[in-house]
Amino acid sequence: MLTFVAGRLLSLIASLAVASLVIFALVEVIPGDPAAFMLGLNADPAAIDALRTEMGLDQPKVVRYFSWAGGMLTGDFGTSLTYKTPVAQMVADRLWVSLPLAIYALILSTVIAIPVGVLAAARRGRAADIGVMGVTQLGVAVPNFWFAMILVFVFAIQLGWFSAGGFPGWQGGVWPAVKALTLPAISLALPQAAILARVMRSSLIDMLGEDFIRTARAKGLTQRQVLWRHGFRNALIPVLTILGLQFAFLIAGGIIIEQVFYIPGIGRLIFQAISSRDLITVESVVMLLVFAVIVVNFAVDVAYAAVDPRLRRR
Amino acid sequence: MRNMVIGGLLAGLFVVLALLSLIWTPYAIDGVDIGNKMLLPSLANPLGTDHYGRDILSMIMVGARTSIAVAVVAVGIGVVLGIPLGLIAAAQSGSWLDEIVMRGNDLIFAFPSLVIAILITAVFGPSALNAIIAIGIFNIPVFARLSRGAALSLWSRDFILAARVAGKGRGRISFEHILPNIASLMIVQGTIQFSLGILAEAGLSYVGLGAQPPIPSWGRMLADTQTMVALAPHMAIFPGMAIILTVLGLNLLGDGLRDWLDPKVRVAR
Repeated sequence: MLTFVAGRLLSLIASLAVASLVIFALVEVIPGDPAAFMLGLNADPAAIDALRTEMGLDQPKVVRYFSWAGGMLTGDFGTSLTYKTPVAQMVADRLWVSLPLAIYALILSTVIAIPVGVLAAARRGRAADIGVMGVTQLGVAVPNFWFAMILVFVFAIQLGWFSAGGFPGWQGGVWPAVKALTLPAISLALPQAAILARVMRSSLIDMLGEDFIRTARAKGLTQRQVLWRHGFRNALIPVLTILGLQFAFLIAGGIIIEQVFYIPGIGRLIFQAISSRDLITVESVVMLLVFAVIVVNFAVDVAYAAVDPRLRRR
Repeated sequence: MRNMVIGGLLAGLFVVLALLSLIWTPYAIDGVDIGNKMLLPSLANPLGTDHYGRDILSMIMVGARTSIAVAVVAVGIGVVLGIPLGLIAAAQSGSWLDEIVMRGNDLIFAFPSLVIAILITAVFGPSALNAIIAIGIFNIPVFARLSRGAALSLWSRDFILAARVAGKGRGRISFEHILPNIASLMIVQGTIQFSLGILAEAGLSYVGLGAQPPIPSWGRMLADTQTMVALAPHMAIFPGMAIILTVLGLNLLGDGLRDWLDPKVRVAR
């Protein structure tokens, strides 16, 4: 187990190193001089040069890469070129919106998908199963931002139950904030729930065909006891893997959903930074997202191997 | 089998609409006709008109061209680069080449694809071409991994051994014996990636990073109408339906093809 974790940790570090190089190289290509952009069209060339020096843009690329990557390691994400505030601070502020949104969506999709998947597996081939499979097939095909627009139209504009967008912040109380995140979370959760329900169903169906299920039935357990105690618990393992992977989708999906609902999260931060050529913010935020995804995948791998020793050999 | 036919017909319908739009659309889509803006569906405009008075059916037909072209080329990138990489990795299994291909795959998989797609299109400027590249890059490891796995299991089979005994080289065996045997698997995966590509293109063009005006795309039609949903819901509903039906059709087709090509699954269901 220890060698497995060490091996995965090494590849985690290598992935992060390569990822940081790729992101740095990509952002370097963004056309336009940030210093000239910040000072406007009629700026004095001397002032632009002075600003370039101040921002460190005159240094060689290698030096700038290491000062950026080294800074990220110590929690110093640089200072935003347009907002003049530390990127770490901005990210922390935005995380208070984006992270609860992702978690809210994850909870919603799990709470919906698992019972639905179990129901479909238990009633395999019957009306409930066919209905679930049809609905999930549709759910996978719906673009979440379109679903979000329809939700806004029905529940915000027609019924007036929710606001159509924006975020009041947490200082006004938990309830208004949660309420503002509800429609975005539902629209994020829908496609994920559809995928999760399908995985839950097929995983449970596989389990119910195993010999130990027949043994459990033979020793006198009821169908319900067998389903939950023996089938469900074993069927959860692949479901957990998918849940971990979905975190990445939720982060990425959140970027677009934040645009639909005008929510001031990480996604809007990236778009604002890109449009104002705020290189350091773009680099650092994208790197953080990649970091989050790589670490979650690592955690899933390790957790999986802890549960199932066969996976440690590779 | 029935699902596969329905799926094929659905996806085929949009391909036909896209091709048809090359020579004919009910109305021209580059004119502005404010007098007829936001009309509800009628006999003259079966899906109504948008905020510039353009016919939505015509817009969806031309938009289909954009979405399908982007997704097809993005899948093509994955197929053309990914499958040879997978075949080489399998042929040289265990070598440094295999290791590099596999680690490279892991690395690309580790990136949140949409974030990187946004970064790529933002860096190189939003355009259909850059959307293709951004989506296509993430198709490469999908095909490389799948073809490597499938090819590896074939390399231990007797007919491959026979080919080796006959003196064929690894490259020639990969091309002449392995590739035809994994082709059906690749076609199924290609269908699935095609549908994911349609969704990704819609998402990118919705946030303004796909095809640029005046080229219509389904995602941008939705973005344009976002503030007008309350006034004319049909403007948002129809482009969305186009995306959903195309993706649904491709998914049904892919699932159906898999069952049809793999008799084991057919019996199990």
